[in-house]
Amino acid sequence: MATENPPAPAGPTRGDTRKGDRIFLGLSRGSGITLLVIMAAIAVFLAWRAALAISADEANFLTAFEWDANADPPRFGIAVLAFGTVVSSLVAMVVAVPIAVGIALFISHYAPRRLATPLGYVIDLLAAVPSIVYGLWGALFLVPHLTGLYAWLDDYLGWTGIFSYEGGAARSLFTAGILLAIMILPIVTNVSREVFRQAPKMHEEAALALGATRWEVIRISVLPFGRSGVISASMLGLGRALGETMAVATVLSPSFVIQASLLEPGGGTFAQNIAAGFKEAGSMGRDALIASGLVLFVITLLVNGAARLIIARRKEYTGANA
Amino acid sequence: MSQTVMADAAPRDAAAPTPTLRRPRLPRWAPAGLAALAVALGCGIGLIGGLDSRIQWGLIAAVLYVALTAVLAGAVEGARQAKDRLATSFIWVSFLLAVIPLASLIWETIARGVKVLDGYFLSHSMNGVITMEAGGGIYHALIGTLEQVALATLIAAPVGLLTAIYLVEYGTGRLAKAVTFFVDVMTGIPSIVAGLFVLSFWIIILDFGYSGFAGAMALAILMMPIVVRSTEEMLKLVPNELREASLALGVPKWKTILKVVLPTAVGGITTGIMLAVARVAGESAPILLLVFGSAQINANPFEGAQSSLPYYVYEQWANGNEPSYDRAWAAALVLIAFVMILNLVARGIARWKAPKH
Repeated sequence: MATENPPAPAGPTRGDTRKGDRIFLGLSRGSGITLLVIMAAIAVFLAWRAALAISADEANFLTAFEWDANADPPRFGIAVLAFGTVVSSLVAMVVAVPIAVGIALFISHYAPRRLATPLGYVIDLLAAVPSIVYGLWGALFLVPHLTGLYAWLDDYLGWTGIFSYEGGAARSLFTAGILLAIMILPIVTNVSREVFRQAPKMHEEAALALGATRWEVIRISVLPFGRSGVISASMLGLGRALGETMAVATVLSPSFVIQASLLEPGGGTFAQNIAAGFKEAGSMGRDALIASGLVLFVITLLVNGAARLIIARRKEYTGANA
Repeated sequence: MSQTVMADAAPRDAAAPTPTLRRPRLPRWAPAGLAALAVALGCGIGLIGGLDSRIQWGLIAAVLYVALTAVLAGAVEGARQAKDRLATSFIWVSFLLAVIPLASLIWETIARGVKVLDGYFLSHSMNGVITMEAGGGIYHALIGTLEQVALATLIAAPVGLLTAIYLVEYGTGRLAKAVTFFVDVMTGIPSIVAGLFVLSFWIIILDFGYSGFAGAMALAILMMPIVVRSTEEMLKLVPNELREASLALGVPKWKTILKVVLPTAVGGITTGIMLAVARVAGESAPILLLVFGSAQINANPFEGAQSSLPYYVYEQWANGNEPSYDRAWAAALVLIAFVMILNLVARGIARWKAPKH
């Protein structure tokens, strides 16, 4: 281009420059707009098909305990799916978050430096293991190995009702929750570790100088700093657990009932129900599955949005954006 | 930090002559000794109690170790040190607890996967194979995965790259804010929802059939936000001085971006795209909805059902018999290896091309 001579910008040169800039700006802005259009299209198309399905639904979409979307007239409701999704994700959070925080602290503050760096890499790699592999491992290895734990829980906690177990394969919402916990461990650990690492060194050293033990240093200076980071990390994990499909589909034996006991087979989740019911679904069945997918979409949007808000607020007041 | 603590602890032991000023401390070998004792007790209790599960032995030993350490430290060193030791044991135990399933996952996949993994497995499809019997392979699934992921990358990489350029180099107004927010939101879309969207729009409304391309569109939706995020981070790392120097020489902005900014960040951008590829290569849910699965080799991603590696694993698992399980494990091993190699190469590039200061 003839732009090496800025002091004398002849007409055509400047025009060229502007044209190039305009095209490039147009392209890149267009891509940004494309992303927005895709998001809008996802919402619109799902809502449209969902509206068709829900208006044809003979049962109450929110409260019915059945899924006969292919029948005539179609009857289906998401109560069981919503319950199963929330319960399995909650189990996953309760199991995974304390352990993930423990590992994150282990890597950032306890492990010898020589061990910490490779450990970080390994956790990164584990976060990349495809969910179907977790699903396969869950179905063929975890399920047979959990019956012992189930019997033990039944012996000691069976009286509560939520942990009663009558034998048989451990293909329940609780197993799904455990598997989800294992799957979200790496991501929650990764984000928490980053936050803990950013904790101000001066605070830690000040606490040490005052004679604090290592645990006190962590409690006084690291955990308060990292609290919002851990919360948002957990919510990112929750978002993933809510939408996980294959891992739940392989370890759960689904049915449209709500079991009082976590350990009894049955129940279902949004994503699992879509994967399991899709191949047999007719056109109304598909629309009904899309309607349940829309609910899942909205839930994950809310959870992820909340997580992002927490992260954004934290950035503002710590000034840490590395 | 841990070294600071160690250095603190050593002179304290040495300063034994003034016992009145310092609380006594457990000797350095105490944790190891207690661990050995706990393991011995755990095995003993397990043997005497007749517990047949080794996991129970381990758990008993772990609980004993934590309790013994806390009690002993409480008696000798005081409550604060006891709490510190308790926290240390909790953190070690949580680390070990997490390592067990993750190590088992890798181990099981490798151990069971190598059984049928050979050249035949890689070079044959499942066409005409009776699922109850051994034989068959993943050739059709490999082709499917490669084509779908390549198409998804072709769609997602340019859009993601340009969006990131817009956000970093141009964007200031409301549009940029909206794009940033929705990229964040998009990161959290469950893969099955992306699949349902393409299903409703491409297959139900536009009435196209199942095809690799439909799956690739869903994968592209999942890839875009990852590419935007990582590219954005990398572009932000490019020093402003480079841009200013180029602009000061009269180079137009678009040329500055193409010739100065992008080449500086190319390593990081490649890494980001490869990590995104690794992420979507393992997606099975959208494939289930949009590509439908097939036992035959179909090299045309625009026409007819295909298979893909993650879908193949699911399909073989669903067959529910031993030969199929073997195939599922072997395919899972291939999938993990594929994803891991992508990850390692991506990180290698990041390190090799990292901007040097």
